[in-house]
Amino acid sequence: MAPETIEPTAPPLRAPSPPPTDRPLHTLPAPFTSSNLEVLTQGAEALVYKSVFLTPHTPCVVKYRPPKPYRHPVLDRRLTKARLLAEARVLVRCKRDGVDVPGVLGADWEGGWLVLEWVEGKTVRGVLDGWAERGAGEKEGILGLMERVGLAVGRLHEIGVCHGDLTTSNLMVRVPEKKAEVQEQNDELEGDIVLIDFGLASHSTQNLQDEDRAVDLYVLERAFAATHPKAEPLFKDVLSAYGESFKGARAVLKKLEDVRLRGRKRSMLG
Amino acid sequence: MIALGLEGSANKIGIGIISHAPSKPPVILANLRHTYNSPPGEGFLPKDTALHHRAWVVRLIKQAIRQARITIPDIDCICYTKGPGMGAPLQSVALAARTCALLWDKPLVGVNHCVGHIEMGRSITGAENPVVLYVSGGNTQVIAYSANRYRIFGETLDIAIGNCIDRFARTLMIPNDPFPGYNVEQLAKKGRHFVELPYAVKGMDASFSGILAAADVLAKGLDESLPEEKRLRTEEGELVTREDLCFSLQETIYAMLVEITERAMAHVGSKQVLVVGGVGSNERLQQMMGMMARDRGGSVFATDERFCIDNGIMIAHAGLLEFQTGVATKLEDSTCTQRFRTDEVYVGWRE
Ligand SMILES: Nc1ncnc2c1ncn2[C@@H]1O[C@H](COP(=O)(O)OP(=O)(O)OP(=O)(O)O)[C@@H](O)[C@H]1O
Ligand SMILES: Nc1ncnc2c1ncn2[C@@H]1O[C@H](COP(=O)(O)OP(=O)(O)OP(=O)(O)O)[C@@H](O)[C@H]1O
Ligand SMILES: [Mg+2]
Ligand SMILES: [Mg+2]
Repeated sequence: MAPETIEPTAPPLRAPSPPPTDRPLHTLPAPFTSSNLEVLTQGAEALVYKSVFLTPHTPCVVKYRPPKPYRHPVLDRRLTKARLLAEARVLVRCKRDGVDVPGVLGADWEGGWLVLEWVEGKTVRGVLDGWAERGAGEKEGILGLMERVGLAVGRLHEIGVCHGDLTTSNLMVRVPEKKAEVQEQNDELEGDIVLIDFGLASHSTQNLQDEDRAVDLYVLERAFAATHPKAEPLFKDVLSAYGESFKGARAVLKKLEDVRLRGRKRSMLG
Repeated sequence: MIALGLEGSANKIGIGIISHAPSKPPVILANLRHTYNSPPGEGFLPKDTALHHRAWVVRLIKQAIRQARITIPDIDCICYTKGPGMGAPLQSVALAARTCALLWDKPLVGVNHCVGHIEMGRSITGAENPVVLYVSGGNTQVIAYSANRYRIFGETLDIAIGNCIDRFARTLMIPNDPFPGYNVEQLAKKGRHFVELPYAVKGMDASFSGILAAADVLAKGLDESLPEEKRLRTEEGELVTREDLCFSLQETIYAMLVEITERAMAHVGSKQVLVVGGVGSNERLQQMMGMMARDRGGSVFATDERFCIDNGIMIAHAGLLEFQTGVATKLEDSTCTQRFRTDEVYVGWRE
């Protein structure tokens, strides 16, 4: 028979009490300190603010990479500088070669900030969440969106850029210009795909390996699978559009199969 | 309900007994463990580890039942680690589980080791829906729950973080007892100079083999028998010590872990982090994770060594959760598997 009172042999553990949440928001370096900026999001690396550039009607984004207090200062400076420079360089390159990205309006790697063109719209992640909530219907609209994602990634790879962090949070859907005013919910699936967040990107003209491209696709595939169970089956439409997007795309899809297999093996190991 | 849990996927054998009652927190009745340690500079072999587990399993089960002050009829099910892990040790413990099940006529539940870590961590810390960082000798995964699965957002692209630390410790002849990672941590506390190592993060994935290779090369420069001018020095010309290397290794690899975790949090919009697995007991990692979470207005949940390191309780706990949804493992299905993905498990006990 079980004893009347069960005494734990290990003392119960308490969760640490959550630290105060009114953290001091990072103060931006000059020339932004005094300006009135609106925090948009806090990504993993950066705080993203909305502001205006030159005229009060030209919105822009200030992407500020604050020092990370958890990181050793030497490592912190090295990473911030490398990523900011990578991002600025790749954005300029994409713009030049006709990939839809926000243009670079200003940068200061000592200060840790970049000023970028504003993209009016939502992230693909946000759009997919909305779509799933509305019941995951709208077949035509969603297929069109997946196709445009595939083509956009294909174009990026074609010019020799590897994104390095290709998730649904780093793809935006730009609100079609004329519709911006009368935007209805179901129009969310319309609009051009804009690629953002190039801090982990790399560029090379000759030896961008299919391997790197395939890893980009693999990362995106897992982002689909992990965040949007309902959107998971849609990824094949992204891939089929990608396969048609440039000359070497088929070879990349072939490589993707290897990368997947490797990934599956790895995460099964004990 | 009461479950007996048997864990032996790596070099530790753990026996745990847990009791679940409706709308009450689980009660831990016994949590015993014995570790097979190899001499400094060596890793553990599957064959020897399995022998160790076989030698200890009966003793530990008897002691656990005594300690829990229960009798065999009180036990509702027997939970064992199905995988992932090392083949021979897994099998030796599964055999013990099957034997008990037949002997005492109890149902069996095969448990995914990673899910065991996650459920134990959630239960002990009270973290409801956190992003989970699972870091151990064999695994490095960033996980979040969605639609009845623990989904893997990020992972290592090559070796596991604990494996990286343990192999580094072996190079520096740092003892394995109690844990190589623990001993590296103690040395790191005395380190003063930061030596740069490769930093390899790709989105929510990370790679550790390059760092290990670089650290191994640097370690050669510590040799005191080298001529003065060949020894490793900082930019300021001071000699680099073992402590400095441990410090630099920790600062680099834990920063990588915090970064991939933060990226997953930003992506799923979560403010809670739960750190599980043996490496999760590292205080510096917990501290860094805490600073990151605080900056996001959230919090970090971590447990101590008793529950971070492989144990039988977590297997009993996760197994009992599944058993209560009406799932058990038939005797003929009670095999083990070295490879067993976290997201293969249908999590029927969560919304
Ligand atoms: N040019 C832009 N126009 C409008 N919104 C933007 C722009 N750039 C970024 N954003 C918004 O800010 C968010 C974070 O930006 P970004 O991905 O560049 O930051 P990050 O900190 O590098 O993120 P990550 O966590 O992926 O590393 C984006 O998901 C998007 O919602
Ligand atoms: N304080 C510490 N700091 C860093 N690492 C630690 C610490 N304590 C233990 N470890 C490491 O934790 C690992 C063991 O953890 P655990 O028992 O969870 O894993 P495992 O059994 O090797 O792998 P798995 O859980 O994947 O089966 C070892 O690599 C050990 O060095
Ligand atoms: Mg981003
Ligand atoms: Mg473990």
